[in-house]
Amino acid sequence: MSGERKKMLGAGLLVGALGVLLVVLGNPKNMGVCVVCFLRDIGGALGLHRAAIVQNLRMEVPGFILGSFLAAVLFGEFKSRGGSNPILRFFMGAMVSITALVFLGCPLRMVLRLAAGDLNAVVGLIGFACGIAVGIYFLKRGFTLGRSYPQHKVAGAVGPAFAIFLVVLAVAAPAFIFRSGSGPGSMAAPLLYSLGAGLLIGAVAQRTRLCMVGGIRDMIMFKDSHLLLGFIAIFVVALIGNLLAGSFNLGFADQPVAHTNHFYNFLGMLATGLGAALLGGCPLRQLILAGEGDSDAMVTVMGLIVGAATAHNFGLAASPAGVPVNGQIANWVILALFVLIGFTAHETRKTTATKSKK
Amino acid sequence: MQHIVDARGRSCPEPVILTRQALNDKSIESLTVMVDAAVARENVARAILSATGKQAQINETAGGEWEISVKL
Repeated sequence: MSGERKKMLGAGLLVGALGVLLVVLGNPKNMGVCVVCFLRDIGGALGLHRAAIVQNLRMEVPGFILGSFLAAVLFGEFKSRGGSNPILRFFMGAMVSITALVFLGCPLRMVLRLAAGDLNAVVGLIGFACGIAVGIYFLKRGFTLGRSYPQHKVAGAVGPAFAIFLVVLAVAAPAFIFRSGSGPGSMAAPLLYSLGAGLLIGAVAQRTRLCMVGGIRDMIMFKDSHLLLGFIAIFVVALIGNLLAGSFNLGFADQPVAHTNHFYNFLGMLATGLGAALLGGCPLRQLILAGEGDSDAMVTVMGLIVGAATAHNFGLAASPAGVPVNGQIANWVILALFVLIGFTAHETRKTTATKSKK
Repeated sequence: MQHIVDARGRSCPEPVILTRQALNDKSIESLTVMVDAAVARENVARAILSATGKQAQINETAGGEWEISVKL
């Protein structure tokens, strides 16, 4: 096994282990790490939505951004860049959040749910892989959001600065920050553990380029299993961890923060997979890129937060009771928009990106 | 024929797609791919190795920009 593959395996092992450990330390079940859920909770804490049970300044998220930032600076990879269709990325990020909340979890939580025996996540995974396959069709056709350009350092610093701002708010705990008294939002590992785990995951994800979308995409598209290895390692370690912690429960019914509507578990992750494939990475990857100085990724993260808040404000988000009709409609509309974007945002490659000399 | 792919500023997985498309073009004798991210540099070099079995030559042309070249 090459050094790169060993590193990827190590990263997967770490993320899987921390995913289980954070639940033992207090995070909601099967939600040791969930990027979309945590961005939704942060949005709630900031008052962007008023769903009282999902408001919490989750410190894993600033941890991801700052861990990536520190690793990128240390290895000379911090680079301020942007300008690749930011407004489209913002809305695509928002839409990815909404459909992920129809399923109830980002791709990373999907893997953690799988590892805890939640079979609804198998349905989600099939949808996710199908969505990525559709995304690959568009990518092969020439889909692109356009190139980014180097930017002033200040632009790249916005992501890490926002992360520090969230940490300051969590420590200072001013009265205007909301915090759930009950429900998933009230359950959290102690601040330092959440932040520490986030920093570790952020740093290793930056070094290894760990990405849930990339894993399946590269496997289908290039038969390249490099990123998929991380995905599988997370699953195996979290599975072992759940078995040891006694939190493995095989089945569809009564799974923590999940519903059993197979069709919308499938369709939610189909749209999420497609949207994330077009965005070039899963929500976790967007946070990591934001830490590296990619301001387009930071715009996407802002979109993810606003989308998650909107999902609750408009009654689109699913709950253990099922998927509301509004959420079902939103899922179809978003899927249609992603397909529309996939067809329209493309270029004729030969003439623009490549040139030949005799 | 010498062929240049400018994949600077492209997000994943576009640099690899552009590289693979060029590698499939039999009229190209030598390929140079321009990238400006470490991730793209690794991915493109890996794609060239897996598609051709050849180790690409990597030159840093400016701070954080690379040219990855291979003779086909």
